[in-house]
Amino acid sequence: MSRTAEEIGRTSAGPRPLPALGATREVPLPDVVDSVLPNGLRVLAAHRPGIPMVELRLRVPFAGDAPEHSAVAELLAETLLTGTATRDRVTIDDELAAVGADLGVTVDPERLLVSGSGLAAGLPDVLAVLANVLTAATHPDAEVARERDRLVERITVARAQPRTIAREALQRKRFGDHPITREMPVEAEVSAVTAEQVRGLQHASLVPRGSILTLVGDVEPAAAIADVEKFLQGWTAEHAARELLPPPPIAAGDLELVHRPGSVQSQLRLTAPAVGRADPEYAALQLANLVFGGYFSSRWMENIREDKGYTYGAHSGIEFVPGGGVLGLETDVASDVTAAALLETRYELGRLVAVPPTAAEVDAARAYAIGSLAISLDSQGGLASSINAMAAVGLTLDWLRSYPARLSAVTPEEVAAAALRFFGPSAVTGVVVGDASVIGPALRALGGVA
Amino acid sequence: MANGLRVLVVPDPATPVVGVAVHVDVGFRSEPEGRTGFAHLFEHLMFQGSESLEKLAHFRHVQSSGGVFNGSTHQDYTDYFEVLPAAALERALFLEADRLRAPTLTEANLRNQIDVVKEEIRLNVLNRPYGGFPWILLPPVLYDTFPNAHNGYGDFSELEQASLDDAASFFDTYYAPGNAQVTVAGYLDVDEALRLVEKHFGDIPARATPTRPSFAEPPPGAERREAVSDAHAPLPALAVGYRLPDPAADLDGYLGHALLGSVLGDGEAARLQRRLVHADGLVTDVSAGAGLMGPLDARDPDTFTVTAVHPAAVDPDRVLNALDEELDKLAAEGPTDEELRRQVARWSAALYQENDRVMYRMLGLGARELLYGRAEIAAELPDRLAAVTPDQVRAAAAALRSGGRGVLLVEPAGGAA
Repeated sequence: MSRTAEEIGRTSAGPRPLPALGATREVPLPDVVDSVLPNGLRVLAAHRPGIPMVELRLRVPFAGDAPEHSAVAELLAETLLTGTATRDRVTIDDELAAVGADLGVTVDPERLLVSGSGLAAGLPDVLAVLANVLTAATHPDAEVARERDRLVERITVARAQPRTIAREALQRKRFGDHPITREMPVEAEVSAVTAEQVRGLQHASLVPRGSILTLVGDVEPAAAIADVEKFLQGWTAEHAARELLPPPPIAAGDLELVHRPGSVQSQLRLTAPAVGRADPEYAALQLANLVFGGYFSSRWMENIREDKGYTYGAHSGIEFVPGGGVLGLETDVASDVTAAALLETRYELGRLVAVPPTAAEVDAARAYAIGSLAISLDSQGGLASSINAMAAVGLTLDWLRSYPARLSAVTPEEVAAAALRFFGPSAVTGVVVGDASVIGPALRALGGVA
Repeated sequence: MANGLRVLVVPDPATPVVGVAVHVDVGFRSEPEGRTGFAHLFEHLMFQGSESLEKLAHFRHVQSSGGVFNGSTHQDYTDYFEVLPAAALERALFLEADRLRAPTLTEANLRNQIDVVKEEIRLNVLNRPYGGFPWILLPPVLYDTFPNAHNGYGDFSELEQASLDDAASFFDTYYAPGNAQVTVAGYLDVDEALRLVEKHFGDIPARATPTRPSFAEPPPGAERREAVSDAHAPLPALAVGYRLPDPAADLDGYLGHALLGSVLGDGEAARLQRRLVHADGLVTDVSAGAGLMGPLDARDPDTFTVTAVHPAAVDPDRVLNALDEELDKLAAEGPTDEELRRQVARWSAALYQENDRVMYRMLGLGARELLYGRAEIAAELPDRLAAVTPDQVRAAAAALRSGGRGVLLVEPAGGAA
């Protein structure tokens, strides 16, 4: 016979005090060697041993205006590693695997990213493959044809996902027809792409000037950069890679109800203007966001998950876009509590403005921001991604190194000012995806839903 | 420790962070009939407060110490963990000890977390295409007994029937210190860490530990096939499940299967990628590997899976026939030395990367210690994988061809794409 729940929850010694924190330990971030090659490629390298590996990130700004740009760019990414004059799909993969390496290519409206890792001793082998595909990828007709079919199938699968439907609706709602919204091409666009177009886009857009290559791992930075120069010197172009222009500012307005028949959950996606890392108010914005919905111990999460049980998760965050940042709120809730969840969301937005974060709330958010940053940088891969992302917006690792000090200096008054500026319900717009026949009447009765 | 709690300490002087994990020797295979999903629901309840910590306090203390946390429920174990700046080591041990000693189990928290879990299931299974594919859908095809075949996320009706008495009984039975293990990894002094573990966990009274049942059941022997309809899926999919060798009794045989999975599915040069995706154009994507929830993540019996998404115009039997032909080739000739060496190099690199993050290293060591009594397996893996011969991979392919299998077909119900 087991104890009762009540017996289990109590001991004779009674509740115990929370132990204090010990001494803070800081591990200095490595120096980054920053160099621009004659072909215009910027190379960042850092020595971070611990495991005998190296991480690689190559970011190429990859904006385009043509209506078919995203379809051609997706196929370029899918076929970049499928053939050159001297290597085919299988030999490329074999050469990488032989040194424990993997490379992947992704593209979005802003950039093309080649990302991967391998044994540090195999860096020259990885760079040899990379150089070969950057300068001489042939995008063979048969590979383009096969990847075109697969891409259509994958897009079909992706568009069946409620999160994809919600993301596309949100991007259209807040950015209209700006190219930043073209995250996934439509089937007809993909089907029309020719291998010739893919090769043309590689020639026009996959260029070194304006691109950034980051290497982090068990390598000597100077030697690694020399390797890069040796292998990638033949990658040249007169013109620079093309940056995406900033999207238009987000206009506040009614939420758009997007009908998804038969849905048993609804996706709430709200958004408002914000600022990027370089803005002096960014640290205060990050703390205000954490208190609102940026981590588990936030007001929004504690309300609609831990108190009401409306959702598995609710998260708000700052999404970086060219020229700055935007605020995004997302949660998925059961259909029958969709209106209730929206009501609570608006309440918490208003409360952040009217009842700003307390000193204790700010301190908790600050400790989390500083600690989770240290954790995210405590691996070769995390460090490489951070260095590359910072460089893309004109910041260096020094900005991250000094960021904890800036977070520490933020006052509750500054957080309150950021809450007022960025979280007012009157600044928000967004979408709700769900079965309109179930969720529509109550949402419309609440108001602010078109 | 005297109360039966097992302690694993893994120092790393190079990191600024520390991790604490509690692994409990109970997973969804052990939950009672009529209470599907209970092990996972109970995991949620363990975050709802304990004698010294009111509701929400656990999350707040971890995060306001600069840390991150999570928990997860597997076939044979449940883990709870946090990773934080090294200064918070004692606080993390306190937080884990308090709930292992005296969790607050209340009716209100139970009802609230049933709602949260139902939303988790709607999010991950009911409201999306390929929900629960293959981890929920494949086991009932391959296995006969309740522990191995049932849905570990649970049926809504059974989750709703869960009572506070169920929770108390589950805790008393399975969460005894002798049925649990603490792993501490990262920046720490070993003696100090052991002292702090003793300080916080040492006075949890010993309780009887449950006898671990065998979940063994005979292999299927022949092919079994079932089809399910998916209201949201735009394309058909299939999953093939085979039985794996017992990793505790035959680790090398198990690793032969793990490398077979890589030879079949990992990278553009893998056999099934070349054959099914490119040469024959039968599938959009294909994957293969050992372990329903990952390699070396469960005791016997566990599942080797092959999954594929394919166009509606392709008959699933064409995919299965091509798979059989590729397995037959491997069963006759094995992979080449070079082919195997390359897959081992990729595994080694992945293992290095796992070791580069305190969280993954801690969870990997902790799970292997709990499941097999040997955390060292994690450290030995690169050498043991390198020692696997082409003939062992050949034998794995032959075993798949002779042991029967479960085939699950996911058929789009249409209308939702």
